[in-house]
Amino acid sequence: MNPEQILFFLFGAVSLVGAIAVISFRHPIYSALSLIVTFFAQAGLFILLGAHFVAAVQVIVYAGAIMVLFLFVIMLLNLGTLSAKGAISGKLKGFAVILGLLLAIEGVYIAVNAINTPEVASAETAATESVNTTTYNIGELLFSKYLLPFEVTSLILLAALIGVIVLVKRESQEENEIQ
Amino acid sequence: MPLESYLILSALLFTIGVVGVLIRRNAIIIFMCIELMLNAANLAFVAISRSLGEASGQIFVIFVMAVAAAEVAIGLAIIVSVFKHRQTINVDEVNSLRG
Repeated sequence: MNPEQILFFLFGAVSLVGAIAVISFRHPIYSALSLIVTFFAQAGLFILLGAHFVAAVQVIVYAGAIMVLFLFVIMLLNLGTLSAKGAISGKLKGFAVILGLLLAIEGVYIAVNAINTPEVASAETAATESVNTTTYNIGELLFSKYLLPFEVTSLILLAALIGVIVLVKRESQEENEIQ
Repeated sequence: MPLESYLILSALLFTIGVVGVLIRRNAIIIFMCIELMLNAANLAFVAISRSLGEASGQIFVIFVMAVAAAEVAIGLAIIVSVFKHRQTINVDEVNSLRG
């Protein structure tokens, strides 16, 4: 077992345990903290895959910005006491578990099929020797081939910004009317 | 590690996210599960990008992250305003469109 495999299983196990903790904790704060653990483990997996830039963005954007937003809203709404009654009926839960297991079986089946397909295996061995996925390559692609999608992304962020301001503003106007 | 191991891990993470959306009724936890699914997709993107020796997959991961950030900002704003109206974020109790 080489170090890469050991690290893969370590990070993979941590991210799986974190993900299961996200959906099993009653309190949203614990779920959010487990999600941060999962994000860090996935950043480790990205580094294993040679995607250093994506790993850094994962830690900064996901584990940093997005999770701070989550924790901020959880604390703002003070949800700890309310979420305890959030359980659903046993029949629905059993149905959800069955559907989820089916999806897992499908996913594993597809992946196992991929192992047995010869051309996928050969493509994998051919490509790992010539890895050109450095930050330099990403930057070059982002500002040449993917320039239009990159600019559209800024429009999405602008739309999100305006949307959030409109949502919050309407809320405060209604409060003024009530007062 | 071969590509398949990463794809299996990605499928498992995605499945956990789906199960979370189905069994949890807390809107914030449902959002976290959506983030889990987006991350599983990101993992598959990066693994395939490495396997093909091309950086395009990582570009898509960056776009997915930008969309996820926008989605979380809007979604949490909606949750906050729903909470102000209804005093709950249980998605089963928020079942009418009329404010």
